[in-house]
Amino acid sequence: MRTVTVVGASLSGLYAARELRAQGFDGRLVIIGEEPHAPYDRPPLSKDFLIGRTDEAQLALTDAEETEGLGAEWLLGVRARGLDARGRTVLLGDGRTVATDGVVIATGASARRLPGDGLAGVHTLRTLDDARGLREDLGRGTRRIVVIGGGFIGAETASSCAALGHSVTILEAAALPLVPQLGAEMAAACAALHRRGGVELITGTGVAGLRGSVAVTGVELSDGRTLPADLVIVGIGAMPNTAWLAGSTVALRDGVLCDDGCATALPQVVAVGDVAHVGGSRAEHWTSATEQPRVAVANLLAGRTTRTLRSVPYFWSDQYGSRVQFAGRRRDGDTVRITEGELTGGELTGGAPPDGGFLALYEREGRTTAVLSVDRPRPFMRARRELVREEGQVGSGAA
Amino acid sequence: MIPVCRLEDLPEGESVRIDTTPPIAVFHTEDGRLYAIDDTCTHQDASLSEGWLEGCLVECPLHAASFDLRTGEPTCLPARRPVRTHRVTVDDGMVHVHLVAEEGTAA
Repeated sequence: MRTVTVVGASLSGLYAARELRAQGFDGRLVIIGEEPHAPYDRPPLSKDFLIGRTDEAQLALTDAEETEGLGAEWLLGVRARGLDARGRTVLLGDGRTVATDGVVIATGASARRLPGDGLAGVHTLRTLDDARGLREDLGRGTRRIVVIGGGFIGAETASSCAALGHSVTILEAAALPLVPQLGAEMAAACAALHRRGGVELITGTGVAGLRGSVAVTGVELSDGRTLPADLVIVGIGAMPNTAWLAGSTVALRDGVLCDDGCATALPQVVAVGDVAHVGGSRAEHWTSATEQPRVAVANLLAGRTTRTLRSVPYFWSDQYGSRVQFAGRRRDGDTVRITEGELTGGELTGGAPPDGGFLALYEREGRTTAVLSVDRPRPFMRARRELVREEGQVGSGAA
Repeated sequence: MIPVCRLEDLPEGESVRIDTTPPIAVFHTEDGRLYAIDDTCTHQDASLSEGWLEGCLVECPLHAASFDLRTGEPTCLPARRPVRTHRVTVDDGMVHVHLVAEEGTAA
């Protein structure tokens, strides 16, 4: 293999480039990035970057020395527009083409949009440019902010806005945020964090539309109410960036369809990160994006799937001064047992995490399936490692 | 020189965080050695005293970056910058940390 092209210059694309060199690929390495920026870390965008505790330099995932060592051709600020049927030519948005022997698809996902979100004051939060724009808007004085979507991006952004002194309301269409991820009982416990942070949470109501002619002035709810707003943040999930692959022979199904080893049906095309549908599911987790490239690159260089990925999904979220961590595969019907700390205020609706946090184990047929922690990082890590051990692999750093 | 705790209050395999600025983590390894490093992971805001101690390596509880307690150097990504290391002594059963900066000015 003489040329490998990594399409996508964010976390998983960078990790793939590193793995290529680490695993002995010494040919031509091309990295294509739609954003003009060198690889940066996205998780702080909704947290420390938004409140001004982290600057852009601290977001950098790499430095001049490492970049030099990688010896890659960086094509930044240009998007990939297509991949030919054999997977040997990447077409670029500016008309250029890159002839290649191998392709790593790492194009990530884009923030899902709302109709009418072209109004001034309406933001999504996915990229550095998004975060810059939002930060600038938040600096214009105290605002009434409506966050649409109570998932992790919505919750973290709401928390940051509240910390900056803004008046914040979260709208969640479901009865509670995060039920698919955490189950109803623990979703209720985490929803209580919003109240503790002074943020209003309105659930069970969809959005009918955005009000305003040039700038947004409010959000119309499906129950007929209108919430006044100077600023709206849309956090309703992300869509895998696969449109550019429409003319290729790569199979698409909620992302790029891969086997357990991140390989597509074309042996010289693999996919990693948010865009990759690996072994039956697509994860938008930071840790997955850093773990998949090792396996994907090994299989790319081998020309067939020699290694598969068995990892325990892990994600974390920082909100209102609390750290939420979750690992494992929860399924409906799992029972939840609080093993450290306790929920105050009782059952499903009012269970608030106490100041000391808690650790909860999800269990099925006597086995632990997942673990959730609020502000209990040490026992969480023990429980997470136990899950990983049972899964039959040595640790998150090893494949 | 900062007093940390009595040696018997820091069993092997355990760690403790001192609320200095910046905070410091003190580790007592399974083979009986004492180490002190800056507590905050150089990758992102997480407390290494809450990390996973194995031999003389500590793994960050948030993103699994790993640091060598002897040198402060990261042994794997996502951390790329070292943490500072500090000297630890035990005097009359009391564990003390000697900040690197302090030692520099004393010398």
